[in-house]
Amino acid sequence: MGKAMLEVRNLKTKYVTRFHEDVYAVDGVSFTIEEGKSLGIAGESGCGKSTLALSMMGYYFPPLHYISGDIIIDGKNISGMKPDDVRKTILGSEIAYIPQAAMNALNPTQKIIRFIEDVIRAHDPKKDKKEIREIAAARFKELGLPPETLDKHAVELSGGMKQRTVIAVSTILNPKVLIADEPSSALDVTSQKMVIKMMKELMEKGYIKSMLFITHELPLLYNVTDDIMVMYAGQIVEKGTAQEMVFDPVHPYAHGLMDSILVPEEGTRGQKLGAIPGAPPNLKKPPDGCRFAERCKYACADCRYTAIPEKPFGDGRMYRCLKDVDELKEVYANE
Amino acid sequence: MSEEVRNNTDFENKPLCLSGRGVTKIFGFGDKKTVAVDHVDFDFHEGEFVSIVGESGSGKTTLSKMLLGLSNQTEGQILFQGKPRDISSGRKKKEYWKGIQAIFQDPFSSFNTFQKVDNVLLDCINMRGGKSLSKKEKFDMMTEACNFVNLKFAELTNKYPFELSGGQMQRLMIARIFLLKPKILLADEPTSMVDACSRATILDMLLNLRDETGMTVIFITHDIGLAYYISDTVYIMEHGKFVEYGKADEVILQPKAAYTKRLISDVPKIHEEWDLSTVDQLSEN
Amino acid sequence: MKNTLRQVFHSPKFVAGFVIFALILLTMIIYPLFNPGNPLEQIGVGTFAKPGTYVSLYDAAKSPTETLRLADANDKRIASRLSDSDRVEMVEWFKIMNVSVEGLDISDTDALIDLWSANYDPSVRPQGMTNAKVNYYKRLNNQINELRSGDSILIADYDDEGNLIESKKISSEDYVNTKSVANVKFLPLGTDNFGRDVLKELVSATGTSIRIGLIAGIVATLIGLTFGLLAGYVGGVLDDVIMFVTNIFTVIPSFVLLILITYSLGQEQRGATVVATVIGFTSWTWTARSVRSQVISLRNRDHVNLSKLSGHSLLRIVLMDILPYIASYVVMAFILQVSSGILAEAQLSLLGLGPKTTQVPTLGLMMNWAMLYSAHTNGSWWAYFPVILVISLISFSLNLMNTGLDQVFNPTLRD
Repeated sequence: MGKAMLEVRNLKTKYVTRFHEDVYAVDGVSFTIEEGKSLGIAGESGCGKSTLALSMMGYYFPPLHYISGDIIIDGKNISGMKPDDVRKTILGSEIAYIPQAAMNALNPTQKIIRFIEDVIRAHDPKKDKKEIREIAAARFKELGLPPETLDKHAVELSGGMKQRTVIAVSTILNPKVLIADEPSSALDVTSQKMVIKMMKELMEKGYIKSMLFITHELPLLYNVTDDIMVMYAGQIVEKGTAQEMVFDPVHPYAHGLMDSILVPEEGTRGQKLGAIPGAPPNLKKPPDGCRFAERCKYACADCRYTAIPEKPFGDGRMYRCLKDVDELKEVYANE
Repeated sequence: MSEEVRNNTDFENKPLCLSGRGVTKIFGFGDKKTVAVDHVDFDFHEGEFVSIVGESGSGKTTLSKMLLGLSNQTEGQILFQGKPRDISSGRKKKEYWKGIQAIFQDPFSSFNTFQKVDNVLLDCINMRGGKSLSKKEKFDMMTEACNFVNLKFAELTNKYPFELSGGQMQRLMIARIFLLKPKILLADEPTSMVDACSRATILDMLLNLRDETGMTVIFITHDIGLAYYISDTVYIMEHGKFVEYGKADEVILQPKAAYTKRLISDVPKIHEEWDLSTVDQLSEN
Repeated sequence: MKNTLRQVFHSPKFVAGFVIFALILLTMIIYPLFNPGNPLEQIGVGTFAKPGTYVSLYDAAKSPTETLRLADANDKRIASRLSDSDRVEMVEWFKIMNVSVEGLDISDTDALIDLWSANYDPSVRPQGMTNAKVNYYKRLNNQINELRSGDSILIADYDDEGNLIESKKISSEDYVNTKSVANVKFLPLGTDNFGRDVLKELVSATGTSIRIGLIAGIVATLIGLTFGLLAGYVGGVLDDVIMFVTNIFTVIPSFVLLILITYSLGQEQRGATVVATVIGFTSWTWTARSVRSQVISLRNRDHVNLSKLSGHSLLRIVLMDILPYIASYVVMAFILQVSSGILAEAQLSLLGLGPKTTQVPTLGLMMNWAMLYSAHTNGSWWAYFPVILVISLISFSLNLMNTGLDQVFNPTLRD
């Protein structure tokens, strides 16, 4: 078992709104990513996956507020730190964060090299320009980005190039964790593939020690990450390896999600797609019992009133459902 | 049910519904000239489920605007039910739009946020000449349409669009088409902004709609997996041209054009290895 | 809609502006009820009567009196009659007489009078003092003595034979209840150069100015909105033509245009409504430009396309599918137009190009009159300062409302 790079213990955060109706967007999430491993988070929009990414950086600004829990990066607990300290000492060197719109974050009036100078100097103010340029050029070359890019402005690059440049810039300090929130969703398939290839290279070459990948596209997650967690209404409902999660999901929600996968492969045409009716619960007042009970085909009366803990099973897997694993598998088999 | 239709029907012999000959759209003049759609030919038959697949910038949205009659083609001819279509005046456009309707990509911008959602359906009934119907009849029609898309009409009345989820809105758009019963439905990426779970529901409903009314559905998407799942015929579009078209099975499982091959290989799959090494560094842009 | 209103009235800025503006409007409605009549009636014969309560001397003299023995009555009387210059002259006298004035406070009337009676001698004529000065000191002394003596004032009448006989004697301890005086006039802001009640005039002028602002705002918004909607939605050649006109109007400073138009209209044509319309006509460009750009971004929204596909007419699409989306924006622009309309009227009137009117005052006209009759140099602050205050309050409250609305409708501006 590898060394834990990112450990999150029972993290709870909320959004405080204008009329004081708090939204509990992340409600008791725990997981560990080991060195050299990548973890994917899947779920519908509004299930809290993006909030979880923001919460994990420890960089809280209104309306997001921290309630409780620990975030431990390589043995260092950052959960109690001030946002300013987090920005100075954690972001960039410990954690790198790539949101979906990262490519729009580049200031169009500056050359790419300037961003790299900013990132490096934020942690080592004494580095001179020549040194920085050497580091940057070497890294860009290694990642398959043309070194001329360094002297270009953001507007001169295509969407995919911009996104890859952002990733290269934000990982220049070799962070321990890379959090990527839908980094390729706005891109064409070809550009997406290049972004993914680059992220995999970063992992293989050890520039980043671990990765957290968030997307709603399951086939992508399956191909990118080692493990997958499925999130629903601020909680994790099932966790397992990518293989297990895609081909052998246990939780009814995960099962429905995996049934909705569409890929251009023989046999997918004409198969019945899984559909989950209804909408996620209102997180201002989360239900007492299972949060998925309202939409679950297999729910019983107990499901609605019993708070359900995370139940471990199999080889390090976990799920959150009242029913037994075998029971659920039997139900799926008979469908 | 829908499976049989999808696998067995040969649409070649069905009557033509919408076809195009040398359809071209050019923006700008002189040096700034951009050819968005470049001399494309197509034949969409009655009851056919057609997908037009292309990446962003391939011209598929421009083509859809032309098919809908929201913009005119620069060159070429679009034939509606075998006759050249005429949308030169407002009245003729209205007539054409009785035969073709659309569902757009973003459900949140498809509704007028200042009007209650039942207005959308009421409008459709009026448009179909149901202005003189009694309240009860109108109500029954709207209820039927909502039942078709698994929505409860009673829950929708007096609601504004922003009170619905994206999936619900998109289903309401299908209910609208159900009431209008056009000859052709153009669906422009109707599932790209909704969740995977709602996506399945919407796709099923589109198939049901086609089976029930026999309308032609033109499905525009960037997701080749989706196109393969849902359509009878697939057109692959690159830089304003159709590089390949044919039955879904043939195009997806035995692609001939290099672009189609690349498109398929670039999509992550779950039963086959996703080969990252084939990325062509120069193919970007 | 309801939710939007709730949000709007949750914005502290909007509420503050709204309250100020509502108070101004309320005063405008309620004050004339208590003080009816023509606001331009010349009640005073002199110019610039000070603010205060005016008691009819004629009525007071004939009113029944009460005798009140107030200990400090004398002192107050003397204090109020001794002007500052008198006091300075008194100190001057002491200096000439080599009396130490150290520690003397000239506002301390008691000490001053004591020192005066101890040191003034009418028979002394200091060297080098002019006759006039000597006489002045004598008069001053008499006045002080008279004030101190508390002599009664005699009111005399002619009897039947034409001889003067005493009809009433007013002692220094006689008091009249203001309630028994028939004519007491309270002028909180005094009168202006024509002897008109400034407060009454101000209330009426505020009403006229707000009306001018509203007319200007409505005219500007209507023109701007129509042009913006047409240019934005129809596009093409129409857009080019409208934008050409708009650009011309933008390039020429609107105030210059305003001056030229109002000047060429001539004195006789310039009523308040005409000036308001002209102001509106010169300030629509900004609304037109911003409405156009908003409409262009809305034009390609899917719901507009769907509305077209449903066969709706252009008018219906514009009114039902586009206008509601820019309504909040138009309301904000309208509020700004009203505010700038009021200011433009004030500027014009100050130059003497405002509404020519003998029936209704406007805020600008009041400023113009005050300036023409040198209210600012002769210290008649009440003739212009309240006007400035009202203008500032109106535009402050309108801008505050606008900022409040902006924060509600553009969530990115919220703090």
